[in-house]
Amino acid sequence: MLLPLFERLEASAMGEAVRGSLWLFPVVEAFHLVGLAVIGGAILVVDFRLLGLGLRNHPVSRLARDMQPWVIASLALMVASGIPLFLSEAIKCYYSFAFWTKMTSLVFAVTFTFTLRRAVAGAPDGRFSPVWNRAVGLTSIALWSTVGWGGRWIGFSG
Amino acid sequence: MQWLAETEWSIALHESQYAYAIVESIHVWALCLFVGFAALLDLRLLGLVFPEVPVTHMTRRVLPWTKVGFTVMVASGVLLVLAIPFRTYHNVFFRAKAVLLVLAGLNAFVFHRWTYRTVGAWDTTVPPPRAVWVTGLLSLVLWTAIVFSGRMIAYNWFDCGKRQPPLINAVAGCTPDMIDPYSQ
Repeated sequence: MLLPLFERLEASAMGEAVRGSLWLFPVVEAFHLVGLAVIGGAILVVDFRLLGLGLRNHPVSRLARDMQPWVIASLALMVASGIPLFLSEAIKCYYSFAFWTKMTSLVFAVTFTFTLRRAVAGAPDGRFSPVWNRAVGLTSIALWSTVGWGGRWIGFSG
Repeated sequence: MQWLAETEWSIALHESQYAYAIVESIHVWALCLFVGFAALLDLRLLGLVFPEVPVTHMTRRVLPWTKVGFTVMVASGVLLVLAIPFRTYHNVFFRAKAVLLVLAGLNAFVFHRWTYRTVGAWDTTVPPPRAVWVTGLLSLVLWTAIVFSGRMIAYNWFDCGKRQPPLINAVAGCTPDMIDPYSQ
């Protein structure tokens, strides 16, 4: 059902351009990696704090609020660089288990981050029990790690 | 480098179906912990994140995790080189990355040895003094360049034996027997 759509996406002008260039894919991929480092740091520093690690002397809500624009900006960079990478090999992605793992976990990770995690990390210290904080921190790390590993694994598939 | 490629370890890593991919994934995951946290430290030195967090808190609470990430990066990175030693050693991007790593190390050394000694005076100052600011910016630029060059090691654009200017062969450390005689 989705295959015709993916075929059209692969044939798109942007897909053609990236595929036809020697340099474009690696350079866009490198931007994707820099974005990964930034979003990784911005997400992990708050997750670590929820686990009771790292910047323990500072309220988690403050750290989460400080990191919010960085998460959004780096997520935007990830999507903006991810789209041309995807378009250049859409059909390969269609048949890639890693790609679907990544996209599914990405939906869960983004939804989780902007709902439950936001509510718990944004709450004043003491509102939620440490067990809740730890559960949210671990879930966030697990979800985003799956996104990252799935993404890396697209390159090994096919 | 040839002898390294012939070691059991290198062959095992190279020929295993999953070992290389797993080590590579660990390298990318640790990128988040190491470069991600290092970038937060640098951005704090620029006064762009966590303005309420003193720099000493960052170095005491975040830097140790950066060191953990760095250890994982180096360990997995060494394995990646070990898997493909000969080609990697003669890869211009690998060589660029090595030089950039030394520069990033020097920048960090200068910061901790000299700049950081006066931290008491600018621990909570936002934006911090110029010397501190320059260190943070330099570190961000260097680590971005390191990520770029690291990613490019995967490509064989400038491998020895390609038709390319002598300068590139020199940078790649190609010996005469590795250079295609018809390419010159």
